[in-house]
Amino acid sequence: MSITENRGGSSDRTGLRAGGSKTSLRSSSKRYGEKLAMGVLIGAAGLSVLVTVGIFFALLIPSISFFREVPVLDFLTGTRWAPTFNNPDFGVLPLIVGTAWTTLIGLVIAVPVGLGAAIYLSEYAPNRVRNVLKPILEILAGIPSVVYGYFALFYVAPVVLKGWFGLEIGTFSVLSAGLVLGIMIIPTVASLSEDSMSAVPQSLRQGSFALGANKMRTTMRVVFPAAISGITASIVLALSRAVGETMIVALAAGTRAQVTTDPREAAQTMTGFIAQTATGESVPGSLGYNTLFAVGLLLFLITLAFNIIAGIIVRRYREVY
Amino acid sequence: MVLSLGLAACGGSDEPGGDGDTSVSGEIVVDGSSTVEPLTSAAGELFGEENSKVNVSVATSGTGGGFEKFCAGETDISDASRPIKDEEAAICETAGIEYTELRVATDALTVVVSKDNDFITCLTLDELKKVWEPAAEGKVTTWDQVNSAFPKEKIDLYGPGTDSGTFDYFTDEVNGEEGASRSDYNASEDDNVIVKGVGGSANALGYFGYTYFEENASTLKAVEVDSGDGCVAPSAETSADGTYTPLARPLFIYVKNASYADKPEVAAFVDFFVASDAEIAEVAQFIPLNDEQRTELETALATLKG
Amino acid sequence: MASIGAVVAKPLRAAKHGDRTFTSIAFLSMLWLALAFAILCLGVLLVDSFLDGRTRLDSNLLTRYTSRVLPDRAGARAAILGSAWVIATTAVLAIPLGIAAGVYLEEFADPRRWYNKVIEVNLSNLAAVPAIVYGMLTAGFALAIGMERRIVLAGGIALALLVLPVIIISTREAVRSVPQEIRHGSLALGATPLQTIWRQTLPAAIPGIATGAILALSRAFGEAAPLLLLGGLVFVTYDPTGLNSGFTTLPIQIFNWASQPQLAFQQVASAAIILMLVMLLLMNAIAIFIRNRYQNKW
Repeated sequence: MSITENRGGSSDRTGLRAGGSKTSLRSSSKRYGEKLAMGVLIGAAGLSVLVTVGIFFALLIPSISFFREVPVLDFLTGTRWAPTFNNPDFGVLPLIVGTAWTTLIGLVIAVPVGLGAAIYLSEYAPNRVRNVLKPILEILAGIPSVVYGYFALFYVAPVVLKGWFGLEIGTFSVLSAGLVLGIMIIPTVASLSEDSMSAVPQSLRQGSFALGANKMRTTMRVVFPAAISGITASIVLALSRAVGETMIVALAAGTRAQVTTDPREAAQTMTGFIAQTATGESVPGSLGYNTLFAVGLLLFLITLAFNIIAGIIVRRYREVY
Repeated sequence: MVLSLGLAACGGSDEPGGDGDTSVSGEIVVDGSSTVEPLTSAAGELFGEENSKVNVSVATSGTGGGFEKFCAGETDISDASRPIKDEEAAICETAGIEYTELRVATDALTVVVSKDNDFITCLTLDELKKVWEPAAEGKVTTWDQVNSAFPKEKIDLYGPGTDSGTFDYFTDEVNGEEGASRSDYNASEDDNVIVKGVGGSANALGYFGYTYFEENASTLKAVEVDSGDGCVAPSAETSADGTYTPLARPLFIYVKNASYADKPEVAAFVDFFVASDAEIAEVAQFIPLNDEQRTELETALATLKG
Repeated sequence: MASIGAVVAKPLRAAKHGDRTFTSIAFLSMLWLALAFAILCLGVLLVDSFLDGRTRLDSNLLTRYTSRVLPDRAGARAAILGSAWVIATTAVLAIPLGIAAGVYLEEFADPRRWYNKVIEVNLSNLAAVPAIVYGMLTAGFALAIGMERRIVLAGGIALALLVLPVIIISTREAVRSVPQEIRHGSLALGATPLQTIWRQTLPAAIPGIATGAILALSRAFGEAAPLLLLGGLVFVTYDPTGLNSGFTTLPIQIFNWASQPQLAFQQVASAAIILMLVMLLLMNAIAIFIRNRYQNKW
């Protein structure tokens, strides 16, 4: 059920406002206790806006101090990130590249596996199987990211990558972090895609079968395209989560801020930098503190952009049955 | 010395809390060097066995980070692996924070490579400088550039971040200027991360305090340092007698005078620290002070009290 | 085992010839592979944690503090209590506010008004903000009002902000599913709208709200990033003494232990992970139980 339709769970529109609006629940009496309670409710809802405003300002104000000392263009296009050294440089590209690597590897894992699982659960699995497998997938989503990071550091890197695959890889790498990040995001892709595909009406499938298509064709040519908006939204959401994830990369990706083309290298992501700096010095007002917030602002804007894109895709391409 | 006997007895106890309880209680906030942290944490633990109502929390923001918080009044004690800098002292003075420097142990700053590394046993100071100086950034990337006898393998570097006293000390001694270093290495305030990183890669090199090497001697190899008189391996003896130079260095705790005077738990803790210094150093696997340094410590404590 | 065989064999026995083509079966195999991969990863993770940590699943884990001196006997007591304190604070802050906001948005807000549209968009954005940003917000807030950053209250605020959007959204879903007839009946009997909500709608929606709240809190339980930002990595050997006290939580303690190279710390970290997973499974199971048992079927 969507947020904008079927408000209040009813389509009864009778009485005073027959023009299609809600039956008014607004009190017409002057009970002050009621007014107070209403005020509390409105305040609570307004709080959410306050939070966003708060985030914006909390990130913006130190960033403004930062950008007074470091030109925005240097920040966005520089390729050397060494904010605390004697000859400092504030080019954020290495952090962005690090984030891009872990996100990319994560999506390469999560999208095929997630979609595969989703297609199976929604189209092929008998109900009993589905009722068992779906909660199991949900468990993957509930595991804390610090556990995943630990898993990457102590199992994936030494045992899987070095041992099974024989890769020349160190303790820290974007590959091990990205792989585990992907595993963590599988349920995000799987769950939302499965919901979208299940919501496609049976009549479309039956029409396809009636025309002689087999199950595979029906799934891929009819159901999948019909659910594409939900599926894309799930992928974009997974993307946001990958970009914003901190603990896995802090534990497993390393602290070497560099622009690299080799996923076996260690690299630092935006979130990894924030975590590392935050557990170090953080005296307000200093350039180091402000650097933290400048990167945080960039991160916030990026995830915000992805979220808005997801919203647009859902609204534009959603099929309403 | 009854105290140290009592300590030895309690050290082997199985009880989570102490049964001896003095009347001190409260919170002691410590921050600073990750090199010194094992020492302070061990001290806090041993102290806590006799004084279970005192909460000692030890954070590791790095020597520099610790001083920033110390001079902002946020901590009672600052762990440091180098003496306080003039700029930092000035900030403390402006903020009205008076402190006492106590040298509590010695450390042999150790350069390490992985046990799997088969081509490095000894490095001269010049070679170290070639690897770590700012000019090396982006240029010195394979081991054969450092010494033609080494293989052409990629150099993988790990080291403390710029807030670390270890970083300050190392760059000062090796590169000639405090804070001067290449920046393209895996930096971490947490020495354990360096241990992990170096241990996992045959071509990696890193540096940190001796304790971290000792605790991980199964995966790491200490590099002998040649400062002109031959290769010397780091150890308690070579640090104490001065042959492991220039990387043998003092470790400090800085105590806020006001905390010592106003908070009895801080006073009790610091007294305990000094009195049982040798015990604590041994438990935490640090190099204890020699007699001369001990006397200096006791004198310093006397000024704190008086 | 027989049912797995049945599941596997079903498409092969498919009546329609079209489902027995090579491509169809290859396709299905790939789907199975995908699913198997996901489940295999989960299995390996659980088994690996269990194998690593089983030697340390002892009472020391629960009753002792972390230790430099005796890593073999390190325990997670400070972390467990710290987590309890922080989650309790989070619940007290986030649940009433979340329910209040959700009720307003669902019952009273006119969706065509611009300010309510803004709130809508806002909520879905907030739900996607990275957790660490909430830590930064709380740090800035604490700085502005002069509150210490490393205390339980600050941690509770950061996590409450994190889960607030989730609680609001699940409250709305729960309230939305209460049929209009209930409300109308109450209004017809002369109750005011607020009385209706308080006495009829909300109680009917409680199971859904409770489920959402528990899932949100279990997410907060597993979060480390925002708290790292506030307090840093702290070696804590005491129980939290109140909202004003320093603290550590299970995820932070695990992160701390994972960074130590000694084998003993690795083992205790694995044991703590098992502990955490068990607690999370328990919370999820309670949520599902509530949903199944008390969910009203209209």
